[in-house]
Amino acid sequence: MPDRERDTGPEPQRRRLLQAGFGAAALGAIPGAGQLAAQAQGAFDWKRFKGEKIEVFLVKSPRGDLLTKYHKEFEDLTGISVGSEMIPEQQQRQKAVIEFNSGNTSFDVIAISYHVQKRLFGKNKWLEDIRPMMADKSLADPNLDFPDFAEGGLKYATQADGRIDSLPFNLDPWVVYYNKELFEAKGIAYPKTFAEMIDAAARLNDPAKGVSGFVARGLKNANVPVWSSFLLGYGGGFVDAKGKLATDAPEAVEAAKMYQTLLAKYGPQGVAGFNWNEAQSLFLQGKAAMWLDGIGFAQPLEDPTKSRIVGKVGYGVMPAGPKQQVSALFGDGQGISTFSRKKGPSWFYLQWAANKANQTRILQAAAGAPVRKSAYAMAQSSADFKAPKQWVECMLTSARIAQPGLPVIAPVTEFRDVFGIALTNMINGADPATELKKATAEFQPILDKSEKA
Amino acid sequence: MSVTVTAPARGARFLARRRRAYYWFIVPALVVVGAVIVFPWLFTLWMSAFDWTIGSAAHFVGFGNYAKLATNQRFLEAILHTFYFTALAVAVPLVLGTLAALIFHREFPFRGVLRGVFVMPMMATPVAVALVWTMMFHPQQGVLNYLLSLVGLPPSLWVYSPTLVIPSLVLVEVWHWTPLVMLIVLGGLAALPTEPYESARLDGASEWQLFRFITLPLVAPFIVVAAVIRTIDALKTFDTIYVITGGGPGTASETINLYLYLQAFAFYNIGTASAVVVVFFVIVLALALLLLHVREKTKWS
Repeated sequence: MPDRERDTGPEPQRRRLLQAGFGAAALGAIPGAGQLAAQAQGAFDWKRFKGEKIEVFLVKSPRGDLLTKYHKEFEDLTGISVGSEMIPEQQQRQKAVIEFNSGNTSFDVIAISYHVQKRLFGKNKWLEDIRPMMADKSLADPNLDFPDFAEGGLKYATQADGRIDSLPFNLDPWVVYYNKELFEAKGIAYPKTFAEMIDAAARLNDPAKGVSGFVARGLKNANVPVWSSFLLGYGGGFVDAKGKLATDAPEAVEAAKMYQTLLAKYGPQGVAGFNWNEAQSLFLQGKAAMWLDGIGFAQPLEDPTKSRIVGKVGYGVMPAGPKQQVSALFGDGQGISTFSRKKGPSWFYLQWAANKANQTRILQAAAGAPVRKSAYAMAQSSADFKAPKQWVECMLTSARIAQPGLPVIAPVTEFRDVFGIALTNMINGADPATELKKATAEFQPILDKSEKA
Repeated sequence: MSVTVTAPARGARFLARRRRAYYWFIVPALVVVGAVIVFPWLFTLWMSAFDWTIGSAAHFVGFGNYAKLATNQRFLEAILHTFYFTALAVAVPLVLGTLAALIFHREFPFRGVLRGVFVMPMMATPVAVALVWTMMFHPQQGVLNYLLSLVGLPPSLWVYSPTLVIPSLVLVEVWHWTPLVMLIVLGGLAALPTEPYESARLDGASEWQLFRFITLPLVAPFIVVAAVIRTIDALKTFDTIYVITGGGPGTASETINLYLYLQAFAFYNIGTASAVVVVFFVIVLALALLLLHVREKTKWS
């Protein structure tokens, strides 16, 4: 055995060197190298990086499961072997920051949440700019069909300086789930405006029967998107062009008042501790008339083993605010670590992950809302697609009116924490204007520091 | 004869050589302690003097982080929450555990089995326990409010109320850790001599007097040991609180540990987090000294 190893020793080493050369060429990092690669291998070929191995770092979620399940397909297609690690979201984010910060990563491809990590990763240039590879005909799959990606997703994947450092994968606009039976019993139509929404919540709220007019997240940190859903409709924003927080402006206060009214007055007891799962279980029991959250919950709601309201769920687009109608948007995608030595194979993985077949699979497995527009038509035409038609329409409309639901800043988690506490305090009776003023004053220095450094 | 004369001199030389030789044997321990305790400590102290957030450059600020913490309302509240939680989570299990130990010390049928049952909560994983309690605390679907409704009491908000959250969390701790106190005190009771009781009974002492003047002083050292262990455990409680409330609602149950976790692993403010660690260490040290002092006193009596 040792002899054989010695015999074959130099060979793999040479191959490795060649691969390194290819990697660098693929990158286009070395001037002219891209051309060299193009000359060496003109047409696009999935088998180009055959025999290489990449490490993929995903989030444990239905989407992560789905990709992992089909990794074999990628391996057969390209001859690249995939090692994948999948851990829960929070831990994944922590590990990513620590590894990037150390200047070396154990993974080549990483799943990223735009609403949390976009600015942090962009500011530090931790992900590779994929534009050169996208422009390189020998590296870009002719079927990539970039215009097929929804605008919201592309905007999410593009950094402020124009770099595109990931391919978007899944979008999560916020929508209103409503209980049609409860609405019909009182003869109320689905609200079109914020005022109608509050009115409907008031009329449907029936504490004697244990029915809440409205439910959403009250738990600190998790609750911020609920408030920002209102904030965007009031025409408010998070940070102005000069980097000053706009979170104590009149629009923000109005949105916070709406949050307070809906949750404290027409929400269930103890809503201050509710995350999406508590809200979901209440809605599943038919004990809430409206539930505002991300669009990805259709599957449990339509599952007869979990839900008491199968077939009675309405999927409503976020009602219009006084200024505009906006659905708060969240999303994720995949990028390539800038420290990766396998950038070419990693780019192939990105293209495969976001291809049309995988995007359609997301829908079929009800694992989320894919970013490709074509996926919806493809999924609907297939016989085994069970998601309600209204859900698909709601998704398409929401994606069109979507805006990021959280500020694109580095300390997003801290933002959510500080403002989340303010919102929870409001549920427990604190004054919205005072709480927002306090939170804004507390967060402004943190934001300034993060942008300066 | 000559052997005995020269023996001490040779012995001394031998000892000196041996001392010199043995000196090297502490090196491994020294290295390990240095690497895993002293160095991380000094490094934490060093980091606490920097304003450093992962992803941006570090600036030296001296005692700046501490100065900020001293005026940070949230941190000061976290210290208060920690003390409040610790006080309850030590006192209640101590009383209940001692009581349980007294009961299980008596002879009664199925004592062995019942002891086993009583000790069972201790064997459960804290995170699993916390998840089960989270479900039980649920204001609409939780079993606790159902039980309250059975005896005609109004529903409670439990961990969803800012004022009730810490007592509710202590409830979990009590359920989980009273058996530990019981075991320690039971060990103490088993070791008690029987003579003092016999002579006290002859003198006509009541059951209460037997307990107050004989049992309690004799098991006091064991209770103090239990108190020390409970205090350490309660101070460092993280899993239960993190899983059930995450420090909420708002910051109503945010202890130093949770605040520390947020600063270090959610906000990546390593400088601030290091300063929090140092402050926490000082608090733990002070409490440990206090408890040692108490222990010395119980020994003396």
